[in-house]
Amino acid sequence: MKTRIIILSAACCLLSNVCSAQPTISSTELIENAKELDGKEVIYQGEAIGEVMTRGNYSWVNLNDGENAIGIWMPNNFLGLISFIGSYTARGDWLEASGIFNRACKMHGGDLDIHATHLAKIRDGRQVKHRLVAEKQRLSIILSGVLLCLLILQLLSKKLKKQ
Amino acid sequence: MVFKPTLDDFKGIGYYLGKIIIGLGLTMLFPIISAVLFKEINPAYDFIVSLLICLILGQLLTIVCSTQKDLSWVQGMVVVALAWLVAAVLGAVPFYLSGHWKSFLDCVFDAMSGLTTTGLTLAQDIDHICRTVNLWRHILPFIGGQGMIVIVLSFLVRGSAGAFRMYVGEARDEKILPNVVETSRFIWLVSIVYLILGTGALTIVGRIDGMSWINAVFHGSCIFMAAFDTAGFTPQSQNILYYHSLSYEVATIVIMVLGAMNFNLHYTLWRQKKKEIVTNIETRTFFISVMLTFFLLAIGLNKLGVYPGALGMFRKGFYLLISGHTTTGYQTIYARQFILEWGALALVALTIAMALGGAVCSTAGGIKSLRVGVIFKALYNDVKRIMLPEASVFIEKYHHIKDVILEDRQVRSAVLISLCYLCLYVIGGIVGMALGYPALSALFESTSAAANVGLSCGVTQAGMPAALKVTYILQMWVGRLEFMSVFALAGFFIASFRGK
Repeated sequence: MKTRIIILSAACCLLSNVCSAQPTISSTELIENAKELDGKEVIYQGEAIGEVMTRGNYSWVNLNDGENAIGIWMPNNFLGLISFIGSYTARGDWLEASGIFNRACKMHGGDLDIHATHLAKIRDGRQVKHRLVAEKQRLSIILSGVLLCLLILQLLSKKLKKQ
Repeated sequence: MVFKPTLDDFKGIGYYLGKIIIGLGLTMLFPIISAVLFKEINPAYDFIVSLLICLILGQLLTIVCSTQKDLSWVQGMVVVALAWLVAAVLGAVPFYLSGHWKSFLDCVFDAMSGLTTTGLTLAQDIDHICRTVNLWRHILPFIGGQGMIVIVLSFLVRGSAGAFRMYVGEARDEKILPNVVETSRFIWLVSIVYLILGTGALTIVGRIDGMSWINAVFHGSCIFMAAFDTAGFTPQSQNILYYHSLSYEVATIVIMVLGAMNFNLHYTLWRQKKKEIVTNIETRTFFISVMLTFFLLAIGLNKLGVYPGALGMFRKGFYLLISGHTTTGYQTIYARQFILEWGALALVALTIAMALGGAVCSTAGGIKSLRVGVIFKALYNDVKRIMLPEASVFIEKYHHIKDVILEDRQVRSAVLISLCYLCLYVIGGIVGMALGYPALSALFESTSAAANVGLSCGVTQAGMPAALKVTYILQMWVGRLEFMSVFALAGFFIASFRGK
């Protein structure tokens, strides 16, 4: 009986979590439905890109979900979660920000942004190593040779003209 | 009777085209240096390959078409028109090799957009583009804004009548100094001085806004080049919205306005004649048209309650109006917000501002304030003439660096060019509509392309039809060269087949 009660309560707990969990929203949905979502709590996921820009006790982190990047305004104590920021040399951490969505934020001069109340890391970022593409190297050697031949040809024709 | 061009005509064109291509190639040394500094090995090879292609092509043309003859007016114009097309194709090579564009046409689109200081982009995943390619995206407007021909005149070609003809062909009919080479060098002097000052200012702002030193300097220089040259590129996908910074926006407003000012006016101000800024017809017209269009835009935005408070109106409404009017194209909102939130009145006001543009002999596009000023002055004159007794004679003047008597010839030229621009805006709009876009969006984007602005309401995307991409490429090219060189090229082409 005891086991049944435990299993039942665990199932109820899980079910209530599933029911109450808000689905994440994409940047396109945020932009397209900005008026309806204005001032509401949303969950948004994306790759941290560019760099963290700290302004006093808060910071801006821009998250790109592959469609657009949205500015997330967050307290500095969330920053400890972030280890990689997306750039040419890195894939940024994939973060999930929950917070209040603003179509035209009063505090930030009308920016479309999210004021985060919670931040979670979904996937770790990583360094990206770019290997040398040998074809490009070969092509540049061949083209250098062609240019050299042209320069020699020009010098010779100039000498011939002088003579 | 139309004369068929001779072999000598083609040789002259080929020779100077070769010189310009070499000049363009040499500018690729800057991204190569950047690639070495940032240890970006593949981009370094992309630019080495592109540089070599330019040097080989340029060298070939100068050898095959070697000539001592000076350029005629038509040849000068043809060289310029062709040079911009060729530069867009060659400037697109490093983009293509970087793999951040979906097709070579998209690369040419972005290269033309950069060179003509438009700022519309089809680049993919901008947030992961290397610094070297990003630098090239911002150097292109710096080359095109000052003028490719100006570069070549400054460093590669001796001053001659032919040099002046090319200079005029690039839509710069004002000589600041007596010699066209000295004028070109002055344009570069102004640009380099402002580049140093502007980059310094934006670096400080970037640091205050929480950027690292290296990013503050890199973003500062890129943003300066694109703002002063009234292009609209930025190193990040969100454009100026990425910075979320009032101070960055104020700094870019100042730089955009400086870029939209006539280089002749810069020269006059440098000579301590500060009164010129108040008396010049261009600055007056620009000021009035900014005020009028902002008035309309503010009514439109207020009516719909788009932005809360004065700060929101300044950072979104006024910023985007200045960005559009100076033909820069920097955005502090997402492209779709124009259509979804702004409403028709505000969008029309912004479209009018984009269509009017900045000053002649500046880096800005559009109809230009001088032409608008001259047309309105002539209209005012004609009304005045009706009011006065028939026998009365009066001479009307306007002030542009010096007092100039308003003649019918100037009015005719201003009206004709303005009409050509209006036709160009409408043609692009019709193509957009024919391809299924709503009228307002199609006209907005077409005006943005033809006036070399770069603001987008969401039409410009990698997925848009190729026909529209080609239309915008041609609009950017024709709009930047202000028609004459393109007409000369068309005439030359027809004469090659039909001439006797």
